[in-house]
Amino acid sequence: MRDTLRNAYIIAKREFAAYFATPLAAVFLTIFVAATGAFAFYIGGFFERGQANLDSFFAYHPWLYLLLVPAVAMRLWAEERKSGTIELLMTLPVSPTEAILGKFAAAWAFIGLALALTFPIWITVNVLGDPDNGVILASYLGSFLVAGAFLAIGAFISALTRNQVIAFILSATVCFLLVTSGMELVQNTLRLWTPRIVADAVSSMSFLTHYEEITRGVLRLDSIVFFVSVIAFALFANAIAVGQRKSA
Amino acid sequence: MTPLIEAKDLRKTFGAIAAVDGISLAVGKGEVLGFLGPNGAGKSTTMKMITGFLEPDSGTATICGADVQDRPKAAKAKLGYLPEGAPAYGDMTPGAFLAFIAEIRGYDARAAKARVSAAISRAGLGAVVDQRIETLSKGFKRRVGLAQAILHDPPVLIMDEPTDGLDPNQKHHVRELIREMAPHKAIIVSTHILEEVEAVCTRAVIINRGRIVADGTAEDLLRRARNHGAVSIKVREADAARAAAALSAMAEIAGVETLEKADGHVRLRALPKTPVSSAGPVGELLRRESLPVEEIYVEHARLDEVFREITMSAQA
Repeated sequence: MRDTLRNAYIIAKREFAAYFATPLAAVFLTIFVAATGAFAFYIGGFFERGQANLDSFFAYHPWLYLLLVPAVAMRLWAEERKSGTIELLMTLPVSPTEAILGKFAAAWAFIGLALALTFPIWITVNVLGDPDNGVILASYLGSFLVAGAFLAIGAFISALTRNQVIAFILSATVCFLLVTSGMELVQNTLRLWTPRIVADAVSSMSFLTHYEEITRGVLRLDSIVFFVSVIAFALFANAIAVGQRKSA
Repeated sequence: MTPLIEAKDLRKTFGAIAAVDGISLAVGKGEVLGFLGPNGAGKSTTMKMITGFLEPDSGTATICGADVQDRPKAAKAKLGYLPEGAPAYGDMTPGAFLAFIAEIRGYDARAAKARVSAAISRAGLGAVVDQRIETLSKGFKRRVGLAQAILHDPPVLIMDEPTDGLDPNQKHHVRELIREMAPHKAIIVSTHILEEVEAVCTRAVIINRGRIVADGTAEDLLRRARNHGAVSIKVREADAARAAAALSAMAEIAGVETLEKADGHVRLRALPKTPVSSAGPVGELLRRESLPVEEIYVEHARLDEVFREITMSAQA
């Protein structure tokens, strides 16, 4: 166990530094902070609403993540396969589990950093009014969980291909379906073709439903369990993909 | 002596193709095994199974007694591996990359520092330590891979084409390094440069279509060539028939073949029954028969001829 954490940490450290070795980190962090702000102020009508909360800020996070998280996840394994370094990594005294945890942790921490850099909007709302900081904290946690779930799915898909573009498009599509699965459009279509239980099952998988629950300040266990299970399941699938397709 | 590397009946199929079809080998301390074969013969696949990267369909591989599939960490700790093409993280500098390897190999900060600087000086990377790996020349990239493989001074070293793409001086440097490490390690080197086998390997294994077709020292392999130790003579055309008859009658000679006719002379080749030179008896015979000879020499098979004979005949 100690060994596992130690090795995962060493790999995470290397991966995290790798984001900053290229302009990727600067581009990503800038765009993330700018886009979350733009969505909150212009589309969400932060000022017009006249309310001291960050609902208009958090409402757009899942949509933004659709584009940005697959961009962070796509390189995790596809690049290793493409450059052949996966052969190096897997012949070091490191288990696949350690490598998977390390890579996921690095990417999640990177997104966490991006999220942390949005702190000025939190300061703004506290200067302007008297928001419920508990709700804001819960919303940050919810946003972070959604990002983690997208990321785990993206990491799994990245392990299936050596082509980063394919990894990006597939991850974005899968995440899009998971976000929209609770929406009327999807549900109506499903109810036409499938029994009610299927439509309900798909609806209960909706990221948006669980996320909105959390951002309303309702930190229910089942929402947290939902996201944590998605992450765990995707990472498990990731392990299988890495084990099966090393050579391809 | 227990072998440090042992492979037993390794098999791997990709789709309908049997890439590796029952390969067994054992390499002990002090041995440098040259792993030869045409492209696509299964060299890299075999090495990937021995290093534990690929899981074989059947068969086992052990490194220092640890099965690479059952006890991967124990096996990999004893292994230094240079994969084909010497992959490394291109956005890191050699210094940072080797520090990462040292850390993951379990060295504490001080020991890691010493290991990294030792590996850098052994691989001759001093000049490029702070340049990103992706900006380095092919030769330096290969040396980064080599430095990574020998960093922890492993008892087992497996290198897939370590000198591919290097200039003659760099090749010489890498071979010197292998020779220097050889007495303390079990080493497998895959290559298709045959001179390398004679230069550094104590033993050579040739594989073709996933099977071992030859295993022995370079000298053993040379003996397998039909012309090894053959005596070639050049006589006047008028004497050719008489010479051929006399040579054929010798106890040591298996057969005589006519190689070429040019400006009134004929070149004959006397193939020996055993792959040793029969120049002495042939010379004596020629004197006794008072046959005037323009030229006489003993043929030495070249390894690439043996290689071609073995791998082409298996294909026919």
